[in-house]
Amino acid sequence: MIAKSPTAGFRRLFDEVGTVDAVGIEERVAKFTTRSIKKASKVQGLKLAVSMVDLTTLEGKDTPGKVASLCQKALAPHDADLGAPQVAAVCVYPAMVRHARKALGSDTGVRIASVATAFPSGQAPLRTRLAEVKAAVADGADEIDMVINRGAFLAGEFGAMQDEIAAVVEACGDTALKVILEVSELETYDNIRAASFLAMRVIREGDFIKTSTGKTSLNATLGNNQVMLEAIRDFYLDTGVAIGMKPAGGIRTAKQSLQFLIAVKETLGDAWLTNERYRFGASSLLNDLLRQLEKEKTGAYQAPYYFSEAAESY
Amino acid sequence: MPTLAEKKSTRGPARTGRPAPELIFGDLWVFDPAPESADPKLKPRYDLFIGGQFVAPKSGKYFASINPANEQKLAEIALAGREDVDAAYAAAERAFSTTWGRLPGRERAKYLFRIARLLQDRAREFAVAETLDGGKPIKESRDFDVPMAAAHFFYHAGWADKLDYVAPGRRVAPLGVVGQVIPWNFPLLMLAWKIAPALAMGNTVVLKPAETTSITCLKLAEILQDAGLPPGTVNFVTGAGETGAAVMGHPTAAKVAFTGSTEVGKIIMRSLAGTEKKMTMELGGKAANIVFDDAPIDQAVEGIVNGIFFNQGHVCCAGSRLLVHEPVADRVLAKLKNRLRVLRVGDPMDKNTDIGAINSKEQLGKIAALVESGVQEGAEIFQPPCRLPTKGYYFRPTIFSGVSMSHRIAREEIFGPVLSILTFRTVEEAIEKANNTAYGLSAGVWTDKGSRILKMSVELKAGVVWANTYNKFDPASPFGGYKESGFGREGGRQGLLDYCKLV
Repeated sequence: MIAKSPTAGFRRLFDEVGTVDAVGIEERVAKFTTRSIKKASKVQGLKLAVSMVDLTTLEGKDTPGKVASLCQKALAPHDADLGAPQVAAVCVYPAMVRHARKALGSDTGVRIASVATAFPSGQAPLRTRLAEVKAAVADGADEIDMVINRGAFLAGEFGAMQDEIAAVVEACGDTALKVILEVSELETYDNIRAASFLAMRVIREGDFIKTSTGKTSLNATLGNNQVMLEAIRDFYLDTGVAIGMKPAGGIRTAKQSLQFLIAVKETLGDAWLTNERYRFGASSLLNDLLRQLEKEKTGAYQAPYYFSEAAESY
Repeated sequence: MPTLAEKKSTRGPARTGRPAPELIFGDLWVFDPAPESADPKLKPRYDLFIGGQFVAPKSGKYFASINPANEQKLAEIALAGREDVDAAYAAAERAFSTTWGRLPGRERAKYLFRIARLLQDRAREFAVAETLDGGKPIKESRDFDVPMAAAHFFYHAGWADKLDYVAPGRRVAPLGVVGQVIPWNFPLLMLAWKIAPALAMGNTVVLKPAETTSITCLKLAEILQDAGLPPGTVNFVTGAGETGAAVMGHPTAAKVAFTGSTEVGKIIMRSLAGTEKKMTMELGGKAANIVFDDAPIDQAVEGIVNGIFFNQGHVCCAGSRLLVHEPVADRVLAKLKNRLRVLRVGDPMDKNTDIGAINSKEQLGKIAALVESGVQEGAEIFQPPCRLPTKGYYFRPTIFSGVSMSHRIAREEIFGPVLSILTFRTVEEAIEKANNTAYGLSAGVWTDKGSRILKMSVELKAGVVWANTYNKFDPASPFGGYKESGFGREGGRQGLLDYCKLV
């Protein structure tokens, strides 16, 4: 039957959610890079970006000690008189969640996010992935970063992909969920937009969609960030359900992060300029933000060793 | 900024009773002013550029050039009379018969390359001068006008020693002295479009810039001097309509090229009827930008915005009529309105400004009158609630929906940031509406279907048809119109053919 072929599935999906012109969207985002952010607006943007960082360490060599130092950095990124806020969350592997909880305590503004569901590939049986989610939640995770089943999506089995996300939503309970599309494996902007819609239809208000794991060659770019922001906007205007967005991987400089925030400001508006709806999955970004804040305050750039190292990956 | 700890549960209540979702484009994160600070190096007074020298006008009269962003005087510009135009033509004729006209193409190329490079060297200074004089946003003069002008000199420099290949099988020869008049919307770029092909072919030039935007033209005269261009090869005479008429009607001119309004173009053509002068006319437009239901809507909206609000809509090929397929008409309109709400209107010198100042008080009046007619005729108007500067000539980006073909705003060129939206049901209807105009300069087509693009590009009576993009220019691509949008082409091989005779 023709209607059941995967191609017909994609065709119908694209007709339904609309397509993206690659040249056009890249021209659009190039305009964000020409915005000039100065003085007070720059300081405000930098602080906003700090408050949105999911400070991340996702390495095989992670230890409780490393995670503890990451948590300290998250709580107090730099000298208090710089006025930098706490970051939004720390992001760790499930085995590290309880160590992070111990380091942060229970009465804290910094949340614990954990990449569960056999991150980064997701290639484990569903029951294993769900068990991982439940374990991370039980250990004290506030947020779960899951990966979608890219194989199912690319094979046109959209129902299977959505069912798995729905199962993770259920396993999360009250814990917020971030759905990683792994954009580099979806390849096209059309696919990224379509996968965004499939995910948004089964998650809840306040949950996020996220670009990537940071474990592949291409991660967050202004282009795929924009495709996802526009999908979130269209979904919100259609349904009233506000979904958050998290670009992850590849955002290393303060300048880049300001460009991403300009995209948010001009696409989704003020309601998304908060860490409840926008996050940066990053680690080295934080120190560049602090360095720029210091520069705005003192007029001089400090040497890199002036800022404490807590993470070097992503 | 609310912290996560204060976060309230937003899940739960059913959607019923909630207000319709809306986006908030407010003042949570306001950008500080980011003015471009380069020195435009303006002189208080500019004379005429004749025979390689700056010379005072015979009449001794000067007029003021105004910065439309704040209504302040920038400089005094010489008013050229008939005698000055005569002197300019005499200098050009002399250069044609003694120096420039006798140089081999490879030598002419060296001068053109030199002009292009000198312009690149002073790009920032020229961009600032262009913005001060014309009111366009600095990001456009910096990223489009000045680099494109340099690109035209580079492109035609490349042609100068390869003219044997312009018309295969034929030889080409220059025409002599050409008279050129250019408009105020892209002062420097139109200048480059006009003089680069003329010079590459070996012609000499008398050119008049628009009276509101003469400064970058006269600044380019400094570059021509620095490049060592033989005196008289290019002459600039400044002034208003009378000076322009003298340039166009001069008996020495072997060819005249005009870019401007259809109204003035007709006057010039009437006055030159029966003479042997060659002509090129690049006149007005009322381009249709056609969006089909299978188009990538967000990128189409971006193209619509770029099509009509680029350079405040002071673009002869502006996509001023949006024809949108009925199934997606509401969505496109809703998205357009949201997009307009984030356009930044204001000081053209601010690097974040998207829409700058209207070029002149006169033009502002024309736009306001046509918009008023749109309201009177019953079209529905939308303008975003942006704050405009108190001094200077500004107009809010405006879209009209529910426009019909008989409305004035659907037929007349507004030359401002005003979009008229019409709908269609079938491909044939789109073509019919798009072609139902006295103009035919450009058109845009937005669809995912390649075969439809090809069909439209054949059926649309327009000199340029852009597909899934708008306002794209390249020196290698010929530009020009059908019907009352003029004749002749600028750019590419076709543009060169308009500046030579075949021998």
